[in-house]
Amino acid sequence: MSPAIDVQRLRFRYGRGPWVLDIPELTLERGARAFLFGPSGSGKTTLLGVLAGVLRPEEGEVKVLGRDLACLSGAQRDAFRAEHIGYVFQMFNLIPYLSVLDNIALPARMNAARRARLDGAGVKEAAAHLADQLHIRDLLKKPVTELSVGQQQRVAACRALIGGPELIVADEPTSSLDFDRREAFLELLFRECERAGATLVFVSHDRTLEDMFSRRISLPDINRGAL
Amino acid sequence: MLVLDLALKSLRNRAFSTSLTVGSIGLSVALLVGVENVRVGMRDSFSNTISQTDLIVGAKGGTIQLLLYSVFGMGSPTNNLSWDTYREWAEHPAVEWTIPYGLGDSHRGFRVIGTNEDFYRHYRYRGGQEIALAEGRAGSEVFDVTLGADVASELGYGLGDEVAVTHGIGEVGFLNHDDMPFEVVGILEKTFTPVDRAVYVTLEGIEAIHFGWEDGAPPMPGEEHTHEEVLAMEEIEITQVTSFFVGTANRRDVLRLQREINDYEAEPMMAVIPGLALNEMWQGIGYAETGLRLVTIFVVLVGLLGMLVSLYTSLNERRREMAILRAVGAGPGRIVALLVLESLCLAAAGALAGLGLVYVLLSAGQPIVEAQVGLFIPIRPPGSVEWLFLGAVVTAGFLIGFVPALKAYRTALYDGLAVRV
Repeated sequence: MSPAIDVQRLRFRYGRGPWVLDIPELTLERGARAFLFGPSGSGKTTLLGVLAGVLRPEEGEVKVLGRDLACLSGAQRDAFRAEHIGYVFQMFNLIPYLSVLDNIALPARMNAARRARLDGAGVKEAAAHLADQLHIRDLLKKPVTELSVGQQQRVAACRALIGGPELIVADEPTSSLDFDRREAFLELLFRECERAGATLVFVSHDRTLEDMFSRRISLPDINRGAL
Repeated sequence: MLVLDLALKSLRNRAFSTSLTVGSIGLSVALLVGVENVRVGMRDSFSNTISQTDLIVGAKGGTIQLLLYSVFGMGSPTNNLSWDTYREWAEHPAVEWTIPYGLGDSHRGFRVIGTNEDFYRHYRYRGGQEIALAEGRAGSEVFDVTLGADVASELGYGLGDEVAVTHGIGEVGFLNHDDMPFEVVGILEKTFTPVDRAVYVTLEGIEAIHFGWEDGAPPMPGEEHTHEEVLAMEEIEITQVTSFFVGTANRRDVLRLQREINDYEAEPMMAVIPGLALNEMWQGIGYAETGLRLVTIFVVLVGLLGMLVSLYTSLNERRREMAILRAVGAGPGRIVALLVLESLCLAAAGALAGLGLVYVLLSAGQPIVEAQVGLFIPIRPPGSVEWLFLGAVVTAGFLIGFVPALKAYRTALYDGLAVRV
């Protein structure tokens, strides 16, 4: 089976600016729990954008789950992301005008393949089940504006996990949580990724969490670009 | 469906700005449709002033002038026709009925119209409605007078009151026929046409007040006829009419009859088809209409621009939302669709709100306008023009939606998954 991520000679920059990413090689086996760290400005979020197919590399190969994103059109990359990738932001993860349930259900409603992987359960049931797993079942009917930051991040995790995407990308999802909650959140995230057999790429500048991961990648060490 | 659902929920989330936008579009659409309704109402009430009359006949002159003085009680008649000529045409085989009019006098600013029982029998307005009496009877004697509804209410006249007729037309006549007072015998029902503002006497009555005035000046002393003398006359000979309305037995004869009348050699006279003349007249007023319509169209444009501003300025606050949508796999196309749909929904809701508002205002205001202005605005289902307007507003909303949508599209591509400054 192809690795979850296989990056070769990747170079990326915004417009005609300096190279933000210049990564000769980066591979990640399937099922790995990778901790990607580096200081602010080292290109972490940019790399995630490339891996998620939102940003298009100027040079090199970016194989995600065996598909080279550099060869796909914008629409194909959007469809690929919708089907195979769950994404968790650092904060403000939720769409304010949707309920908690609708926020969780969004990827499944957006993409037929994600919907098909719900094992016959309806979108609502699947969302409720995930909410159960992350202990936010009683929040489903609440407007998202009433949630605490920790609750919001769990909702975001549910949304990333629904429909079983193979790759979960999390961009400092715990940076706005206090330490105890970080560990609890990570435990839940690991458990759900394991249950779904998903690969996790977790980005942070906070190395206190790194011991919990199976693989640690220092972005400054592999990225010759950056500022 | 997902995008529509998102668009509706997003609009509901911004309920205040959404309702302001819908309200401003609604008001502008209401203005547009309302003006259209009033315009059609005016036009209808204008062309409903007479109905079922096939020809209006008078002395040769301007078409519109003839229409104005014989139908709308405006302007002065140029010349009269002889009674014999009138009778000749009244007995024409193609003619079913006629209404003779003797015009040229007034009473305290209201036109005095000499006519006969044919007026009460044949005059029709607004789709065939007949003249009806509110009080009393139709005048038939020499000094009988029947008042239009407005004349009676504005001058406070009742049955039995005496009315003096002024020679000539105008608020203050120099020469009063006050030696010949008339008596109010009837008051007509309100018609919301110029009939309400006229005083009806008999043709004999018109002749009587003009005894001795044949040269256009008051009778020489000694030549006056007194009230009693007139009453004592067995028969008053009618010598002339100003114009007459014609109804044909068969409408196919109208054009031929018109040509015959226009070619009549014994006396210079003309016949006009009221519908055509009304149209010709309305076209003259059409410039004002076009201007009014242009103004209302601009008001709608301003309403739509308000929507554009509101959507456009909300985009910055929504960059996060766009990034989230991108992250869960929405392509730029869906971002565009979301914003275009929002704009479309706003415009459609505004159009419907405006339409509803028009009907609410119309049904509330119709009796008031009718009572105050005498303009009857019919409440009718939206016609093709209204649907065209509404369609144009919704289409404009759709097209305008592309402005914020393309901006959001570019921002979403630039931002990717992180909101960048």
